[in-house]
Amino acid sequence: MNRSLSWFNVTSLVLGFAFLYIPILLLVLYSFNASRLVTVWAGFSTQWYAALLENDQLLDALWVTLRVAFLSSLAATVLGTLAAIALTRYGRFFGRTMFSGMTYAPLVMPEVITGLSLLLLFVAVGMERGFWTITLAHITFTMCFVAVVVQSRLITFDRTLEEAALDLGCTPLKTFFVITLPLILPAVLSGFMLAFTLSMDDLVIASFTTGPGATTLPMRIYSQVRLGVTPEINAICTILIGIVAVVVLLASVLAKRQEKMRRRAEQIAARG
Amino acid sequence: MAADKARTQTIGAVRRTFAPWNDPTATPLIRFENVAKRFGEFVAVDGVSLDIYEREFFALLGPSGCGKTTLMRMLAGFEEPSAGRITLGGQDLAGVPPYRRPVNMMFQSYALFPHMNVWDNIAFGLRQDGMPKAAIKARVEEVLALVKLEPFARRKPHHLSGGQRQRVALARSVAKQPKVLLLDEPLTALDKKLREDTQFELMDLQMSLGMTFLIVTHDQEEAMTVADRIGVMNLGELVQVAPPAVIYEQPATRYIADFIGDVNVLETKVVTAGAEGVELASEKTAYPLHIAQPLDAAVGDTAWLAIRPEKMRIALVPPAHLADNCFEGVIWDIGYLGDLSIYHVELACGTRIKVSQPNVSRLVERPITWEDKVWVTFSPDGGVVLTR
Repeated sequence: MNRSLSWFNVTSLVLGFAFLYIPILLLVLYSFNASRLVTVWAGFSTQWYAALLENDQLLDALWVTLRVAFLSSLAATVLGTLAAIALTRYGRFFGRTMFSGMTYAPLVMPEVITGLSLLLLFVAVGMERGFWTITLAHITFTMCFVAVVVQSRLITFDRTLEEAALDLGCTPLKTFFVITLPLILPAVLSGFMLAFTLSMDDLVIASFTTGPGATTLPMRIYSQVRLGVTPEINAICTILIGIVAVVVLLASVLAKRQEKMRRRAEQIAARG
Repeated sequence: MAADKARTQTIGAVRRTFAPWNDPTATPLIRFENVAKRFGEFVAVDGVSLDIYEREFFALLGPSGCGKTTLMRMLAGFEEPSAGRITLGGQDLAGVPPYRRPVNMMFQSYALFPHMNVWDNIAFGLRQDGMPKAAIKARVEEVLALVKLEPFARRKPHHLSGGQRQRVALARSVAKQPKVLLLDEPLTALDKKLREDTQFELMDLQMSLGMTFLIVTHDQEEAMTVADRIGVMNLGELVQVAPPAVIYEQPATRYIADFIGDVNVLETKVVTAGAEGVELASEKTAYPLHIAQPLDAAVGDTAWLAIRPEKMRIALVPPAHLADNCFEGVIWDIGYLGDLSIYHVELACGTRIKVSQPNVSRLVERPITWEDKVWVTFSPDGGVVLTR
């Protein structure tokens, strides 16, 4: 195989990346623009970041978003992990196929439908819409992502380790916490981070399930942009990109390390 | 040296006299009573009854898929019998979960906890019992010394060699001083030389710990070396339970004769049968075959003569008293193994039999070679007659 980069390959790579990242780069660039007008460059400045600190509306929205993201991804991680365990461990139980299908359905379900149905549910049970309804909605739609990540790890998990622990006098519950969980932890953590970023990014579902007093950052940005893009929005978006990038990077590093550990374990097993 | 010698003698003395299975007053430690295990349609274990005695080193031997591992896993508590009963020291084990059984298991894959170092792996079982810290420390050190792994206490399993991991697994499973130690193909992952050394270490360890060992293996040499008694399994059934020498010299069936070691099995017809011996006739040879073995069979019945390659003698000239127990043939092929040579002799009818001869001299004037006409003889107590 020819491994050197041909002109064709280089061009397609550059075009591809440009297509993906020029809009984001522009946004980051203009967040440092001294001018009030978004489309005119007037020199470097960090004044919009300073102004941001005084914009309580945006900061409130950021705070709400982070709280929702943290709580919902925490709950989604617990539920998603449990679902993954049920799906990998309890071989065939009544309704397994339906359960696994239902776990993965939100992955492909249009967000509008998820949002609308959740809204109908909250109205039906008379739940006051606001912070908690957004959190619940986010748990619902991020849980399946956690389940997918954790399940793929559990499939390759060596169950004799659990048997060994049981054999040595450890109860099943304790075995889960001292043997299984530490070994699948990287997958659980990357599931958590995935859920966190998904929750932070979400606009559609949050818009459906929100109520007075609970505006998330994506919602705030969206409503402000309709009145015109201000450099402050660029600044907060840059911060948002930063947070998401860090979390995603961490998750992928964790996944890489886990893969490496698994490979090594497999090599050891193969060598005997 | 003197102490070593004294110890060896003790082991010899113990091994010589140890035969609780012949003592009708002895109570077995483990009893399998008509135990069966079915996985759906598949019958893994089919009505096995077996008694294992305290301090015994028992081997379950059989090809893969014969149900030996399933039988062991039922004793460990990972599988529940579909039928029958397992008792340990008089206690019925039905419904007792694995973490409450006084047995420990050494896994084929070792199943060392990868996120714990050697020390923590060994201490794991002791911690589950809520043992005081000082006692745990003392016990772990004792066990580490037993398997000679003291310098590696702080290493993680993936920084150990295969042999070292095997020792950690062994140390971890004996740390709790279980009544019974289960060994699931414990040596298959080691290379041949290390495996042979470890077999003798296992026997020593079993002696000094005074535990009951139950080993599952498909390696007949391993079973013969380590075990006091062997249970041979096939297709979920226990075919024969006996000490290694009995299994080898007096196999109960053709299957066992063939599974353990090399054997020539010849179909024959019974000419006379009685308490002193049997005379057989075979199409493979013109000579009558006399076997010193009482046999309850009618004249004309089909019986099989099983004879091991090393129980026969091969010669280039006809024996002086050529009367019986002889095959005539031509050397078809020779396998030179150094310590012995294996000759494939083709009989007149086309059947090939295997004969092995120790190479007792370095220089032989006229070695037996390809296409030589040879006479193969054996004594009346060299073969065994099987009716199954």
